[in-house]
Amino acid sequence: MRKVAIYGKGGIGKSTTTQNTVAGLAEMGRKVMVVGCDPKADSTRLLLGGLAQKSVLDTLREEGEDVELDDIRKPSFGGSWSVESGGPEPGVGCAGRGIITSINMLEALGAYDEREGLDYAFYDVLGDVVCGGFAMPIRDGKAEEIYIVCSGEMMAMYAANNICKGIMKYAQSGSVRLGGLICNSRNVDNEREMIIELAKRLGTQMIYFVPRHNDVQRAEINRKTVIEWQPDCSQADEYRGLAKAIDDNKMFVVPKPLAIEELEQLLLDYGLLAA
Amino acid sequence: MLLKHTPEMISERSALMINPAKTCQPIGAMYAALGIKGCLPHSHGSQGCCAYHRSTLTRHYKEPVAAATSSFTEGASVFGGQANLIQAIDNIFTVYEPDVIAVHTTCLSETIGDDLPQIFDKAIKENKVPAGKTLIGASTPSYAGSHVTGFANMVKAMAALAQPGGEKTGKVNIIPGWVEPADMEEVKRIASLVGVPITLFPDTSGVLNGPLTGVYSMFPEAGASIDDIKASGGAIGTLALGEWCSAEAARLLDSRCKVPCSVLDLPIGLQATDRFVDTLRIIAGQSVPDEIVRERGRLVDLISDMHQYFYGRKVALVGDPDQLIAMTEFLVTIDMVPVHVVTGTPGKKFEKRITDLVAGTDHTVNVRAAGDMFLLHQWIKNEPVDLIIGNSYCKYIARDEDLPLVRWGFPILDRQGHQHFPTVGYIGGLRLLEKILDALLDRQDRDASEASFELVL
Repeated sequence: MRKVAIYGKGGIGKSTTTQNTVAGLAEMGRKVMVVGCDPKADSTRLLLGGLAQKSVLDTLREEGEDVELDDIRKPSFGGSWSVESGGPEPGVGCAGRGIITSINMLEALGAYDEREGLDYAFYDVLGDVVCGGFAMPIRDGKAEEIYIVCSGEMMAMYAANNICKGIMKYAQSGSVRLGGLICNSRNVDNEREMIIELAKRLGTQMIYFVPRHNDVQRAEINRKTVIEWQPDCSQADEYRGLAKAIDDNKMFVVPKPLAIEELEQLLLDYGLLAA
Repeated sequence: MLLKHTPEMISERSALMINPAKTCQPIGAMYAALGIKGCLPHSHGSQGCCAYHRSTLTRHYKEPVAAATSSFTEGASVFGGQANLIQAIDNIFTVYEPDVIAVHTTCLSETIGDDLPQIFDKAIKENKVPAGKTLIGASTPSYAGSHVTGFANMVKAMAALAQPGGEKTGKVNIIPGWVEPADMEEVKRIASLVGVPITLFPDTSGVLNGPLTGVYSMFPEAGASIDDIKASGGAIGTLALGEWCSAEAARLLDSRCKVPCSVLDLPIGLQATDRFVDTLRIIAGQSVPDEIVRERGRLVDLISDMHQYFYGRKVALVGDPDQLIAMTEFLVTIDMVPVHVVTGTPGKKFEKRITDLVAGTDHTVNVRAAGDMFLLHQWIKNEPVDLIIGNSYCKYIARDEDLPLVRWGFPILDRQGHQHFPTVGYIGGLRLLEKILDALLDRQDRDASEASFELVL
């Protein structure tokens, strides 16, 4: 089983990209479990066709410690499993601890056991690795490959670089590696070239360039992944392409984060080039 | 009436625990770690945690308990405890020179998400761990499980030291569970009488019941050696005594090192000891030695001699799951009636096991996992008992309800002997019955009228 974590700046489209990619993998016949690690519990809405499911932490709070796997894991699109870690309301409690608790619980309940026959486990993690809890998915023995969703905007690249610092720390003692950058296009000037260059400097690759298309939003309104909603549209093929690129990926590296000046210069070079 | 506000009427409680029947995970982890030879337990958290856990163990065992702490401050809470722990490892190996540091986490370090394997790796890469020294670590947040969980987690961390493909030792691993130092000694004695070479881990005998020699040694010449623990992957089998305390470690040895395991109950009472001795006998491939047969005979003799005083007596029990399961079976064996059984440790299967054990009798049992002393007291008010068996905290209930109390379990803070005389094995069974009889017959003598005050009982 491959364990994959998706990181990236808040609002960049991690959950959307993850779910559409998982739909592509499911279509290819892969057995996937998605673990949403966002306290808002909205990482599996498109795969499930709605926000209805109860999160791991809600279940834990209501049922105590006697929780069954089927209480927290729901069947979703294409034979995939969806789990939402969940967490506290904004401004209270400790969301990071929530992630530690729910991943431990999934392991204890045997969600990753061989008998489950999983090809992939995907962790969809909240924007920045703000505390130890949000690094749980990349501790040793958890996710082994990471993809960072980014765009050609400064803050997204800055966040990607920061996440690489976290990966580097854990890669020194564990098996976690960076699998590449996924560029979720915002139609920024020279975006493709800039992300390819950023990836190169980080020592990795841009594994796929997902063009911007309104069909993504239309599918979201219908609470579906693009592949489920309009299997024949061009955007569906893009997600199939991303799914295949991840499925075929062999390039896993320990990233080399950039100094902030270097990052600024990169933006300046490619931004000015376009102007 | 110290507990006069405990009402007889039981109301449903979902978010309130009163007088818990459990304590922190790290206390268990610390006790387990003390059963490794030359090991300094280390509490990865604030100083107060370490101070409380040490002093609780000292109050129970009446021995000095050395343990180190990461001494978290505001800064460590914000930036993570890595710097503190690496500094601590360096200091400890430089100043105190233990063979092993056994680190357990605390609520704070768990919540901020410190990852012990990652910090250990960094400490090793920075050459803070001298050659031949060992670090082990267990995750022990007290907001999950209980002191029993913490013990089990640390024992599992010991089992994780065993590597697959090691040399065959021809020995049997015995994981004794959270029992007293004298109990660990007794387990070793029984195994040696049957002729089974064993590795017992953890082993606190000689550590927490040591002699007063006038010389303080931070690391007594006792405990399971780290080499033996590392070699446990080459054993011919593992016997885990107690599902809650020992089974996880045994299963890890089974899945990682292919050492087959069987999980037995703690050998407390007649039948559980029978099963333990029988298992050892089969491994050794010989009949039970005469000495053990005689000990069993003495226990059976006492049970039959004094059966009239046991028969039908109702008992309330509180303690830890492995102990309570064995004790419930023992009480049923001698025709006493366990009517209320409470543990603070969570786990629905505990309730099922106790219910099953009592199922063959004419009585029903009130049983609760993740329960508290308050509930036990309420149950006693509703259905009175003749005897309470439990830790020192039961003395408040015993005093208010004017009931005899046999102190057994953890912690015992106000009496002595528990660390020196076993309650496991047939000899331990004799001692338990002696204590139960003393309590019941003292009460009978106290309450007897002048006409019925008997010399011979």
